[in-house]
Amino acid sequence: MPAVQETIDQVRSIDVDQYKYGFETEVEMEKAPKGLSEDVIRFISAKKGEPEWMLQWRLDAYKRWLTMKEPSWARVSYDKIDYNDIYYYAAPKKNPAPKSLDEVDPEILKTYEKLGIPLREQEILAGIEPERRVAVDAVFDSVSVATTFKEELAKAGVIFMPISEAIREYPDLVKQYLGSVVPVTDNFFATLNSAVFTDGSFVYIPPGVRCPMELSTYFRINEKNTGQFERTLIIADKGSYVSYLEGCTAPKRDENQLHAAVVELIALDDAEIKYSTVQNWYPGDAEGRGGIYNFVTKRGDCRGRNSVITWTQVETGSAITWKYPSCILRGDNSRGEFYSIAVSNGMQQVDSGTKMIHLGKNTTSRIISKGIAAGKSENTYRGLVSAHRKATGARNFTNCDSLLIGNQCGAHTVPYIESKNATAVFEHEATTSKISEDQMFYCQQRGLSEEEATALIVNGFVKDVLQQLPMEFAVEAQKLISISLEGSVG
Amino acid sequence: MLEIKNLVVQIEDKRILNGLNLTVNKGEVAAIMGPNGSGKSTLSYVIAGKEDYEVLDGEILLDGQNLLEMEPDQRAAAGVFLAFQYPLEIPGVASMTFLKAAMNAQRKARGEDELTTPDFIKRVNAAAAQLEINKDMLKRALNVGFSGGEKKRMEILQMALLQPSFCILDETDSGLDIDALRIVSEGVNALRSPDRSFLVITHYQRLLNHIVPDTVHVMHAGRIVKTGGKELALELEANGYADYRESEAA
Repeated sequence: MPAVQETIDQVRSIDVDQYKYGFETEVEMEKAPKGLSEDVIRFISAKKGEPEWMLQWRLDAYKRWLTMKEPSWARVSYDKIDYNDIYYYAAPKKNPAPKSLDEVDPEILKTYEKLGIPLREQEILAGIEPERRVAVDAVFDSVSVATTFKEELAKAGVIFMPISEAIREYPDLVKQYLGSVVPVTDNFFATLNSAVFTDGSFVYIPPGVRCPMELSTYFRINEKNTGQFERTLIIADKGSYVSYLEGCTAPKRDENQLHAAVVELIALDDAEIKYSTVQNWYPGDAEGRGGIYNFVTKRGDCRGRNSVITWTQVETGSAITWKYPSCILRGDNSRGEFYSIAVSNGMQQVDSGTKMIHLGKNTTSRIISKGIAAGKSENTYRGLVSAHRKATGARNFTNCDSLLIGNQCGAHTVPYIESKNATAVFEHEATTSKISEDQMFYCQQRGLSEEEATALIVNGFVKDVLQQLPMEFAVEAQKLISISLEGSVG
Repeated sequence: MLEIKNLVVQIEDKRILNGLNLTVNKGEVAAIMGPNGSGKSTLSYVIAGKEDYEVLDGEILLDGQNLLEMEPDQRAAAGVFLAFQYPLEIPGVASMTFLKAAMNAQRKARGEDELTTPDFIKRVNAAAAQLEINKDMLKRALNVGFSGGEKKRMEILQMALLQPSFCILDETDSGLDIDALRIVSEGVNALRSPDRSFLVITHYQRLLNHIVPDTVHVMHAGRIVKTGGKELALELEANGYADYRESEAA
């Protein structure tokens, strides 16, 4: 209940300028030469102090990428991206690899403060109950600038660090798992990422360990004309559990910026990974100028028996979203879940959904997708549910609802279902609705303003998914959804 | 006090109200009866401020304030409450959540402090008990899967909590069985007070046996054509609206 009130207050307090994370940070940056070449990849690899095998991995990906074509099947349209007009590496000049928070550029610390991301452990500890603590890895353009609670996590045996550090310190683990879920050659954007990825988080939870706090990574694109290519790798060893949150923002700019990330999750026997995202990249202005192109490959592998992977996403930002967090249900009795809220307004284009690939026996999956389209936006759900011929007893339930606000937006649902096993049971439900004028009038008759009424109805529509998010995140997400829809009524 | 003067309203070029005059005094319970299509529901919607209706002439004053210049939510905060004939469903929004949002929105609009949660819950529990609304119903999404009787009880609960000064009941008796009609009527009667007026719109005398009006108006072709005391309702029940239809034909 208080969350609804906060949402309403939030909506009330907004003026025309809706995107509140659009500020820029003045920090001197060191960049790789513009464009993409073997030399740039060597430059990135050298900056990160990578071993030879990693460089070779990148170069192989680059060679492969040169032969690939950008995919065109998604329901999005945009001007051709000039891949040589992008900076692939940008890091704060002063101290690209700070050892402690004291070494981090104060301007950058201020940035995270402004974004409401706590980086100082003592501040986090003050006044907050222990179970509410969240460890943060803060990635600024191409580098991780701070990771909190590392020591305390290490005591539990949990490894949580920037992936560039993990490549140096845990090469065996990285080698074993990197690219094992999303192969180097998987798709155009994933291959590009494999060649040029700069930073991201690495998580390893040892057998039988329940990670003592939520882990999170906060991505910030700051530098102009710079792409962010992050790489995240999470491994939950046998019988372990981890909940991981990801957030992201970027300054307002007239030019489009590319974000092509790869996230790989691996859950071994009896392990569980919960991965939540609140994506709030700059969506562009009302005319569709600027905004982030978000081309992301996220995939989880339920490699072990009885393993569970849950994706929860709240997508409100980006000019273009191209994103399908998926689960490979390899282990017998494994379970994959996908809960999504995708909000689009203005000129935003969203093509998002999931893939549930049933390979093992008695695997189950669940998809709950809520798309909300307003303004002149286009919002597409695209999903695949498939059962391999050995996937005896596979079960899926899909529920896919769209809500339209206004009459200039579009909602589309593109479900693919493939079953090669006669015992598989797949259910699919879909609805499309509009906020009716009668509903609005009813709410207004009770005293709610148009904004309040919209916020309330939308919150009701997405409730099933919001419930899946960790508490604090749910409140944030609720506010964010209302802000994103500001100005969509009337 | 509500004063309606020479109200002329059309929807999509069709004239519905034709110079309607009506006064409801403070503390008065006025019933409006009339055949189908006489404009009763339109009148209730225009008072509450629904879009789609074009007001061509006239004015509606509530305690001297011109309602026609106000948005529906401003009218609500000024004291107008409409109990809908067909209450709307709001999926995913618990009835409690809705009640609190509505109460606080009105309080804010009037410059009052928001209710504290314990205070809110106390008020809801007290009002809900009288209307035989249980906790489970309050947790369910507003009006979703509610029976006809539950929906109408929820309308009266909202009325009780929002404490409006002018209440419109639009065919509140439709779809109610005898028990539900009793509960709803008792709920309304409990709210009668010298500071609160009611406009009870109905086809049937039945409701008026439970909610006894001070005045009965007969509406026909977008106008009030006859006004009398509560006995007028009984007369209509016996004779029907034929007299009024003929007078129009004549």
